[in-house]
Amino acid sequence: MLEIKNLHVSIEEKKIIKGLNLSINKGEVHALMGPNGSGKSTLSYVLSGKDKYEIDDGTIEYNEKNLLELDVDERANEGLFLAFQYPMEIPGVQTSFFLKTAINSKRKYLGQSEMDALEFAKLIKSKSEDLNINTEMLKRDLNVNYSGGEKKKQEILQMSMLSPKMAILDETDSGLDIDALRIVSEGVNKLRSKENSFLVITHYQRLLNYIKPDFVHIIADGRIVKSGDYSLALELEEKGYEEISNSA
Amino acid sequence: MAATEQTIKQVNTLGDTDYKYGFSTELDEIRPPKGLNEDIIKFISTQKEEPEWMLDWRLNAFKVFNKLPKPEWAKLNIPEIDYQDCYYYSIPKSLKDKPKSLDEIDPEIIKTYEKLGIPLKEQKMLSGIAVDAVFDSVSVATTYKKQLSDLGIVFCSISEAVKTHPDLVKKYLGSVIPVSDHSFAALNSAVFTDGSFIYIPEGVRCPVELSTYFRINAMNTGQFERTLIIADKDSYVSYLEGCTAPMRDENQLHAANVELVALDNAEIKYSTVQNWYPGDKEGKGGIYNFVTKRGACRGKNSKISWTQVETGSAITWKYPSCILQGDNSKGEFYSVAITNNMQQADTGTKMIHIGKNTSSKIISKGISAGKANNTYRGLVNILSKAKNARNFTQCDSLLIGNKCGAHTVPYIESSNSDSMVEHEATTSKINEDQLFYCQQRGLNSEDAVGLIVNGFCKEVLQHLPMEFAVEAQKLVAISLEGSVG
Ligand SMILES: Nc1ncnc2c1ncn2[C@@H]1O[C@H](COP(=O)(O)OP(=O)(O)O)[C@@H](O)[C@H]1O
Ligand SMILES: [Mg+2]
Repeated sequence: MLEIKNLHVSIEEKKIIKGLNLSINKGEVHALMGPNGSGKSTLSYVLSGKDKYEIDDGTIEYNEKNLLELDVDERANEGLFLAFQYPMEIPGVQTSFFLKTAINSKRKYLGQSEMDALEFAKLIKSKSEDLNINTEMLKRDLNVNYSGGEKKKQEILQMSMLSPKMAILDETDSGLDIDALRIVSEGVNKLRSKENSFLVITHYQRLLNYIKPDFVHIIADGRIVKSGDYSLALELEEKGYEEISNSA
Repeated sequence: MAATEQTIKQVNTLGDTDYKYGFSTELDEIRPPKGLNEDIIKFISTQKEEPEWMLDWRLNAFKVFNKLPKPEWAKLNIPEIDYQDCYYYSIPKSLKDKPKSLDEIDPEIIKTYEKLGIPLKEQKMLSGIAVDAVFDSVSVATTYKKQLSDLGIVFCSISEAVKTHPDLVKKYLGSVIPVSDHSFAALNSAVFTDGSFIYIPEGVRCPVELSTYFRINAMNTGQFERTLIIADKDSYVSYLEGCTAPMRDENQLHAANVELVALDNAEIKYSTVQNWYPGDKEGKGGIYNFVTKRGACRGKNSKISWTQVETGSAITWKYPSCILQGDNSKGEFYSVAITNNMQQADTGTKMIHIGKNTSSKIISKGISAGKANNTYRGLVNILSKAKNARNFTQCDSLLIGNKCGAHTVPYIESSNSDSMVEHEATTSKINEDQLFYCQQRGLNSEDAVGLIVNGFCKEVLQHLPMEFAVEAQKLVAISLEGSVG
C-alpha cells in the first residue's frame, strides 16, 4: 500500500526528515508516536503533497505508483486522506456543500457520475449519526466557529464519507474529551477492513486503547528510532520518549 | 443550468482563453453608416417610429453631449474612444417587420438564445422568469406579458413604452440621471436604442422575477441600453439583467443608462450578472462597459437594492447609486467584481442621503487575478437635512497571484453630526493552506479557487434571486480559470 524508503525532507534549507523508512501493507493500522517537533506533521504533509517541502532523497511508493509524481488532488482521489492536525476554516462554504463537492470530485476522477442528491443526503445523515454530529452543524460554514473537538469530528466525518484506502490521522485525538475520543475511534474502527490502511499519528497511548494498532513506530528527530507492536506504546507510556529514544 | 454545465465543459476542453458565448450569429442587418451626428439620431428615431417629443429630447441630449467634457478616469487606463468610428444602430433585417409571436422570429436568433441558455420559448417559461430579450438594438420578444398585464404591470421595451405610455416616460425618463449628468449619460440619451421599461402599479407585488438578457451581436456596434423602472406606492419588483457578447478582436462600447424610481413604501431589487467578453489574455478585444445606474428612493420608507456580479468586460466603469430622498428610505449595494488577466474594473456605489433616518449598506467583494486591476470607489454623502442617517460599508479584496492589484477608495462626506458612518476594509491574498486543504479533499486547483472565492462572495451572492445564484457561482469559478498555476 505505502512504501517509504530513505526519505529526506527539508523546508527552507532546514532538514526535518532524515532518512525515514516505513512500510504499510493493506489492512494494517500503524501508529506513529513521537515528541513535538519530531517531524510527524511534516511527514503527513509530504505524503499528501503540500508544496514548499523539498524532497532531498528517497522514494515513496503508493499502490504501485510513484506518489511524489502525483498532484495533491490526484493523491486524494487515489484514496489518500489526511485528517489535519489543524483543519482549515473555509468561510462562506457550507459544510455539506463542501462534502458534496469533495465526493463528486472523486467520482469525477474515477469516471463516475455525480452522486444524486438523495443518495448524498442519506449518506451524510447516517455518517453524521455515527459520529454524533448534529445535522444542523452541516449547514454552517466549514469549520468556522467550530470548537476544537467539532473540527476533529468533522475530519472523521469527511474521512468516512470519502472512505479512503490510506488514511493519515494527525493528532486527531488532541483536543477531544473522552466521549468524543470514543466516538471518533469507533468511526475509525468502522472503516477498518482488509482493504484499508491507517497511519495514526498521536502523542498519547490513550487513543491506542480505542484504535488498536498492528504496529507502533517511534519517531525522533526525523527518523524512526524504534518499531514494535502495541506493547511498545505501553512501554513508551511508562518510560517516556527520552529513555526509549536513547535506548534505541 | 444546462448552459452553464456546457460552459464548464467547453472551457475545460478548450482551455481558459475560450469564451463560451463567443459565437456570432450570421444575420442580414440594417445599418446606417458609421458616425455620430444629428442625422443618425433622426434615423434611429424614425426607425423606431418615435413621436416628435422623443426626437427633440434626443437632439437636445446630443447638444449637451457635445458641450460636456469626457469623464476623468482615475485608476483606469482607457484608450481614446473614436465616436465617429462606431455604428449606432443595427437591427437584424427580419425584425424590421415586427414579429407578432415567437414563431415569426428568425430561427437563427432563437438559436442564439438557445446557445445562451435563455428560456425564450413559452414552454420553457415555467421556471418563473419573464424575459425581455434585447438582440442588439431591438427588443425581440417579451414573454409573460399577458399574466403581468392582468396585474396592471407594464413590462415592455422602452421603445414600445415611448408609444404606449408616453406620460410615464415623459415624467420619469431623465428624472434620475439628468441628461447633463456626464458625457456618457448624454450620449446614451441621444442615441439609446432599446432596453426595458417596467411600471408596477400601486399596491402590486410583482409575482415573478423580471429579466432581460442583453446581447451585443453586430460588429462595432455600440449598444446604448436605456432602462426605466418605476415602482409606485407599496409595490415590489425584482429585476435581473444578464449580459453576454460575442468574442471579437476589436473593442465594443456599452454605455447604458438605468433609472429606478421607488415611491412611498416601494421596493426595487435590481440584480446584474455581467459576463461580457473580457478580451483575451493579452488584453485584446473585449467590451468597454460604462454604465450609469441610479435609483431614486423618492417615497418615504422606500428601498432600492443593487446586487451585481461583474465578471466580464475589458473595462468596467460603473457605480450603481441610490438617492435617498424619502424619509426612512434604504439603499443597498452588494457587489462582486472579478478581474482576471488584463481586465480593469473601477466600480462601487454612491449613496446620497437626503431624507431623515435614511440608511445605506454597502458590501463589496473585489477579486483580482492575473495582471488585473480592481478598484472599489464609493461615495457616501450625508446632506444636512438627513438627520440620523446611517451607513455601513464593508469592502473586502482578495488577490490571487502577485501581479494583480486591488484598491479601495472610499469618499465620505457628512454635513450632519447625527449621522453614523462605518467603514471596514480588508485586503488578503488567497490562503494557500485553504487551497491545500480543498485539494487534499480531491478538488483540483481551479475548483478549489472557485470554491474559496465563492465563499468569500457569499454575502453578496445570497442576495441574488435563487435561480441565478447557482448560475453566478459557476460563473465566478469559470472567470477565474487559469488564475492559479
Ligand atoms: N514551514 C516551516 N518552516 C520552518 N520550519 C518548519 C516549518 N514547518 C515545520 N517546521 C519545523 O519542522 C519541525 C517538525 O515539525 P512538525 O512536523 O510539525 O512536528 P510534529 O508534527 O512532530 O510536532 C519542527 O522543528 C518545526 O519547527
Ligand atoms: Mg504535528
